[in-house]
Amino acid sequence: MNYTFKWSVLWTGESGQWLLSGLIVTLELSALAWLLAVALGVVSGAFRTVKFRPLRGLATFYVEFFRNVPLLVWMFFWYFAVPPVLPEMIREWMFGHGLEFWAAVCALGVYSGARFSEVLRSGIQSIPRTQMEAAVASGLTTFQAYRYVILPVALRIIIPPGTNESLNLLKNSSVALTISVAELTFQTRQIETYTAKAIEALTAGTLIYLVLCVGLASIMSWVERRTAIPGLITSGGRRRR
Amino acid sequence: MISGLDVIWRNLPFLMIQGFLGFGQFVGGTVRLAIPAIILGFLLGIFIGLGRLAPQRWIRIPATVYVEFFRGVPLVMVIFWMWFVVPILLKRAIPEFWVALIAFVIFEAAYLGEIVRAGVQSVARGQVEAATAVGLTSTQTMRHVVLPQALKNMIPSLVTQFIVLFKDTSLASIIGFMDLTKAAQVVNNREVRPFALYLFIAVVYWICTYSMSRYARHVEQRLSPA
Repeated sequence: MNYTFKWSVLWTGESGQWLLSGLIVTLELSALAWLLAVALGVVSGAFRTVKFRPLRGLATFYVEFFRNVPLLVWMFFWYFAVPPVLPEMIREWMFGHGLEFWAAVCALGVYSGARFSEVLRSGIQSIPRTQMEAAVASGLTTFQAYRYVILPVALRIIIPPGTNESLNLLKNSSVALTISVAELTFQTRQIETYTAKAIEALTAGTLIYLVLCVGLASIMSWVERRTAIPGLITSGGRRRR
Repeated sequence: MISGLDVIWRNLPFLMIQGFLGFGQFVGGTVRLAIPAIILGFLLGIFIGLGRLAPQRWIRIPATVYVEFFRGVPLVMVIFWMWFVVPILLKRAIPEFWVALIAFVIFEAAYLGEIVRAGVQSVARGQVEAATAVGLTSTQTMRHVVLPQALKNMIPSLVTQFIVLFKDTSLASIIGFMDLTKAAQVVNNREVRPFALYLFIAVVYWICTYSMSRYARHVEQRLSPA
């Protein structure tokens, strides 16, 4: 092995600036995609538990189709295939405002939404039927029962698996480099291209991801303890992708 | 719409035989990468999972660090690591197939290891005690009593993870491996029909993953008592 390490490439030149801007793009992309994913996940997860068949069918189609196809395919789909079929005006705006970034937000958000949906559905299904019956019996409409009784409990139950999915979303944002979004992995590659120091560049990128994931996981375990529902055996929810 | 079907029809042999199955002039194939990756990843995952339950600290701690490390890093990063570091270590270039395979096996073993651990922990303690009482060694207990039962409990999570791995093989296209995704990209560069092509490969992936999950549900129902 005749590889000479030169760690100084990480703090000389523009490397630090690239890593920082990559980190910011990764966080922006993940945050926006997360909002989209949670919105889609909550709505479709709730739809999958209602009695009305067309809504359930629509939500099932969304979940089964979007989460069973690789994220990379969705990235290409939203970046290459969707813009040409959009109306002229929206397309113009998107080309002027970082098309690849918004395509990545859509791809990551819609894909992760389907995964959040499953998490929420199992959360709702773990709430005893009697809760819903009691809510309806006391005069709430179905919407009100979901809004005030079912969802507040379900959202607290699903914090552990939801955290897990959120971390997956953060890690999956790295796939956006394939449509040339300048996020963290992209910038790591850029440092490698300019300095030819692969190990140093990859170490820096890897450490940033590790710190982000471990940091978020510990914040969420604190939130989990704070919001735990008294009287329930919180199983902790095994982390799984 | 019709011309979209036409572009797929004309390129169907390339997409399916070269890209999906992996036979042709390029080294590639989604299936050709996914099957060894699943088998080897599972084997390594068994060792990692059992390592996390080992009573000896010098086995347990490295196994735990391994799992926590790889679950905190994106797969794309691991692929790049293998792509750059393995040639430096071996002092020669290695084909994309091996780079991708090594990256997938190492990465997925961390997730599969956690599933194996949970499966083993789900086996009732009395089983181990009974096996020890009839005179089995701890290796025999693991091999003949605990693992077969654990495997049954693991099937749903295991198949979910195999599906994830199957989808993840699309990331091998980043380093130029000619899988289904790369094949669609190549055809699209020539014919510029992104909508039809990417929707088509989405459906191909979906058929595979959905049938895997249906089959898993079937097996699960057959194995469950009552």
